[in-house]
Amino acid sequence: MSDDLEILRQEVLSELTGAADMRAWDAIRVGTLGKSGRLTALLKALGKMAPDERKARGVALNRLRDDLTRAIEDRGQVLEAAALEARLVAERVDVSLPPPPAAQGFIHPIARAVEEMTAIFGAMGFSVAEGPDIETDWHNFSALNTPDHHPARTDHDTFYLPPAPGLDVTRVLRTQTSGVQIRTMLAQKPPIRVICPGRTYRADHDATHSPMFHQCEGLVVGQGITLGHLKGCLIEFLRVFFDKPDLPVRFRSSYFPFTEPSMEVDIGWSRRTGEIGGGEDWLEVLGSGMVHARVLANCGLDPREWQGFAFGMGIERLTMLKNGIPDLRSFYESDIRWLRHYGSDPLAPALLHEGV
Amino acid sequence: MKFTLSWLYDHLETSATLPEICAKLNQIGLEVEGVENRGAAIEPFLTARILEATQHPNADRLQVCRVDAGPGFQDVQVVCGAPNARAGLAVIFAPPGTYVPGLDITIKAGKIRGEASGGMLCSLRELGLGEESNGIAELPDDTLPGQSYADFAGLDDVVIEIAITPNRGDALSVCGIARDLAAAGLGTLRPWLAETVDGTFTSPIVWENTYTEACPWVLGRTIRGVKNGPSPEWLRRKLESVGLRSISTLVDITNYFCFDLGRPLHVFDVNKLSGGRLIVCRGEGETFRALDGQDYIVTPDDCVITDANGVQSLAGIMGGEASGADDATTDVFVECALFDAVSIALSARRVGISSDSSYRFERGVDPALPVAALEAATRLIIDLCGGEASEVVSAGAQPEWQRDASLRFKRMQDLGGLDVPAQESVSLLEKLGFEVRDQTDDAVRVNVPSWRNDIAQKPVLAQGADIAPDAAAKAAEGVSQIEAESDLVEEILRLKGLDRVPAVPLPPISVVPGTALTPRQARAARARRILAARGLVETVGFSFVSHEEALRFGGAPDSLRLLNPIASDLDQMRPTPMVNLVSAAQRNSARGWADIGLFEVGPAFSENGQQLVAAGVRVGHTPRYPGQESGAVSLWAAKADALELLTQLGIAPEALNTTTDAPSWYHPGRSGVLRQGPKNILAYFGELHPSLLQAEGIDVPVVGFEVLMDAVPDPKRRKKSAPKLSAFQPVRRDFAFVVERDVPAENLLRAVRGADRTLVTNVSLFDVYEGPHVPEGYRSIGVEVTLQPVEKSLTDAELEAVSERIVAAVAKTTGATLR
Repeated sequence: MSDDLEILRQEVLSELTGAADMRAWDAIRVGTLGKSGRLTALLKALGKMAPDERKARGVALNRLRDDLTRAIEDRGQVLEAAALEARLVAERVDVSLPPPPAAQGFIHPIARAVEEMTAIFGAMGFSVAEGPDIETDWHNFSALNTPDHHPARTDHDTFYLPPAPGLDVTRVLRTQTSGVQIRTMLAQKPPIRVICPGRTYRADHDATHSPMFHQCEGLVVGQGITLGHLKGCLIEFLRVFFDKPDLPVRFRSSYFPFTEPSMEVDIGWSRRTGEIGGGEDWLEVLGSGMVHARVLANCGLDPREWQGFAFGMGIERLTMLKNGIPDLRSFYESDIRWLRHYGSDPLAPALLHEGV
Repeated sequence: MKFTLSWLYDHLETSATLPEICAKLNQIGLEVEGVENRGAAIEPFLTARILEATQHPNADRLQVCRVDAGPGFQDVQVVCGAPNARAGLAVIFAPPGTYVPGLDITIKAGKIRGEASGGMLCSLRELGLGEESNGIAELPDDTLPGQSYADFAGLDDVVIEIAITPNRGDALSVCGIARDLAAAGLGTLRPWLAETVDGTFTSPIVWENTYTEACPWVLGRTIRGVKNGPSPEWLRRKLESVGLRSISTLVDITNYFCFDLGRPLHVFDVNKLSGGRLIVCRGEGETFRALDGQDYIVTPDDCVITDANGVQSLAGIMGGEASGADDATTDVFVECALFDAVSIALSARRVGISSDSSYRFERGVDPALPVAALEAATRLIIDLCGGEASEVVSAGAQPEWQRDASLRFKRMQDLGGLDVPAQESVSLLEKLGFEVRDQTDDAVRVNVPSWRNDIAQKPVLAQGADIAPDAAAKAAEGVSQIEAESDLVEEILRLKGLDRVPAVPLPPISVVPGTALTPRQARAARARRILAARGLVETVGFSFVSHEEALRFGGAPDSLRLLNPIASDLDQMRPTPMVNLVSAAQRNSARGWADIGLFEVGPAFSENGQQLVAAGVRVGHTPRYPGQESGAVSLWAAKADALELLTQLGIAPEALNTTTDAPSWYHPGRSGVLRQGPKNILAYFGELHPSLLQAEGIDVPVVGFEVLMDAVPDPKRRKKSAPKLSAFQPVRRDFAFVVERDVPAENLLRAVRGADRTLVTNVSLFDVYEGPHVPEGYRSIGVEVTLQPVEKSLTDAELEAVSERIVAAVAKTTGATLR
């Protein structure tokens, strides 16, 4: 190989070694292999040579071009990797910083409980019925076999409103959601399976009573529905709601004007620890019974043809038991700390297949 | 209703234990509310006597006593600090190992300042029985040492409190409870027979009855020569054990029968009556002072008892002060009447009295009992107070109370879900006092006992006004046929125990159940999730607020003001949940939690009815973060909340227009109304009015929104057409328009969108500018327009053409020019 080629090789290789960044490297590449690069100039000069010289020189030049091209590419890759490395170092941040805060929202425990009840009763073929909070005396009491003088009325501490303009009908804030049952029976032919969750009102305010609270009532009307079905339905609900497949459930005779036979429903718990399902004690959670013949007849249903059962439960009460919430009043105080503590994730709604 | 075990044993012979009795009461519908066994806690305490008391050698205030506390503790040394400890005193002694409830300690034998002490001498307070603690309790001198103190003091009786449901007037008596327990198999009812007392003279007081609807039957008799005064120990103790105050023997006897037989009685002092005649009649607006010392005005609907001087008793509810028996009473007239339940209930409610007597009459007393009860009361009065009885006087007659009821045996299974053998059903009914009239293989007909007012009553219906007459008549006929039967099914079931009824699953309607919610209900549930997912926290506020607050939120009509609010600040149905949210914001902010977001999906009330509103507030400031300034919550966040909710509920944002006429509780210049078309208002949003915040005591910024859920049209469940996914790249072009400041940006955006419905697929606003280079009174609005070619790429000429159309459309509707 000619000396000039060897010198060029050594120069280029030495320059490449000295190139610290991609810019210097690119200058070498262009200065060597570019249009007016040194090697390109030599290659161009080849045409002017004598044929016998040209052949040997050509072979040498081609080899040099291959060598330098490879050397330049190799160096380029090294520099590129180094540049990337430097950039990654420079871009480093403190990943232990918290991300920009995003407020977390919550669903109120009452809405959550209604969702759970809807999911469970929904699986048993119930649908949800609703009605107005301001009811007529008839829907709230009379239709439910609770005439004006009935002692059960004084137990209810009813809130009264003036009659609606132009209508001479006594209006009350519903003391129970039973009026929705009445509306349902008037509006649709049996078979009926509905639950009626909603706001209810009684003039009572202390540590264990709130003038507004929520009830979820239920109504089943059909043919051949017996007290056995009532028990089966409510035991199933309570065991799923409290997620205790062996939850003890007790039925006690009682009285409500709108059912007969009537019963209260207790679940097993421990007075000492508050544990649901454990211990020796009983806790009342539900009222229920077979729909009273008069109530059916008040809604135009012949009790010889149709019978069924109804039940009612306090939503706050069941929620308090399920979640260990100590104070009823806190449900309505809208204390942000309480709401965040007991609220539930909006993206985890009550779905039976995910668990309620 | 309270009673003691020993009182129960007066009527029930049983070997059942206390837990068995309580379990049975619960089973048969007499719910046990409490069991008080005061004796159990003080069982180890003994009566004792101090034999000798000497000064403690090492302590000035202590004495060393030798105590006799009966067998096992006949000579015990006890160190005692009580100043009244002295030789010969009868005392209460706690042996070692005794838990002392008043001190919450357990006594141990040991030494006190070097002297042995083998127990403790106690005060009543230490036993948890009284307040006085001036030294140790002093018992009567003749007290024998070594007795159980609980027995000695009569505290060994157990008090049971049960809840009596309104249908069971018959169980408002110890006798009735015993009868139910016996029927349920827990012992034998002791027979009760009143001993007749023959009258020896004509009563100087006679009855007249002019209000027989309220009082079908009234009896009475005079007993003269009685001596009233404190009751004997057994009677006093009985009444006090169930929470009654002993007053005098005569009054105590009436109270005794009220609880023992459920039979209210009243005694008049004959010498305080005038005219020789008691008249049962309607009130005439007189004022009457009752035994509670209060004055009541009686109306013509109230049944009263008068003499020549006026009203002497609010019949069946409370007697009068003027004619009541006292210690000076020598001649007494005993009233035993039957008052109508409804009449008593309405009168008692009107005057606001609930007495033991009215409570029983309202729930129905035994119409067959008055004669026997009057005899029994006479007997007891003569036994305890002496005297002699007149002949019985009465007005009216025993009403026709006899009723029968039939049971088809298969109904036990068909209604009650429990197969009960026919003979067992009959036998249980008989134990409750029903008498069989006739019986076949399939059914039985029984007479209802006089005390069961709740069974086989004539049905009273309140049928809906809109029910077809024939359906109503058929239903009513059904009730009259089966109601009494259901009464009997209930009786048999409660005695058998509902736990015997096998639980049966509801028959499935379909294997996979249908949806439980209507689309509108599901929408409310989704609204909660959507708003909570945006960082807002759900609240539940009372449906009633204060009248003044409601006024601030635009609506406090009198027709929605409660007639009997529980508190003056909870008297008005709320016009919007925003009322509660704003006060919740105030409370949280006052507690130091100002930067929050809250929402409620709940009812709003107006004279047009109730509607569902999803309302929310954002309060305070946005959080601080590196590179991010904290700022006041902005109305744009509230608008975004409302828009997002509406979008999720199926309303396209382009279908909405914004007007600036939000209600008065919003900042007039920083709030808006979202409408669909000119009329349908879907939402309000904006900053809350500064005056409102000031009135509510809030010193941080608040923005909010109200989405009127009921106004949002039902989502259309149309099948979506296949999307057109163009193969060509979209072109994005920016336009800056100069437009008069008052022209809403929304109009401009809409004009751009409408310029070419095919090509223009998106318009977004990126700049609003006022200042140099823009004329005074104008602003510049920058929008980015996305043009989506469908068939082929756009040529420059086509681009130019569509741009011109856009500029022309905007100019036409808004007067804007390209900047």
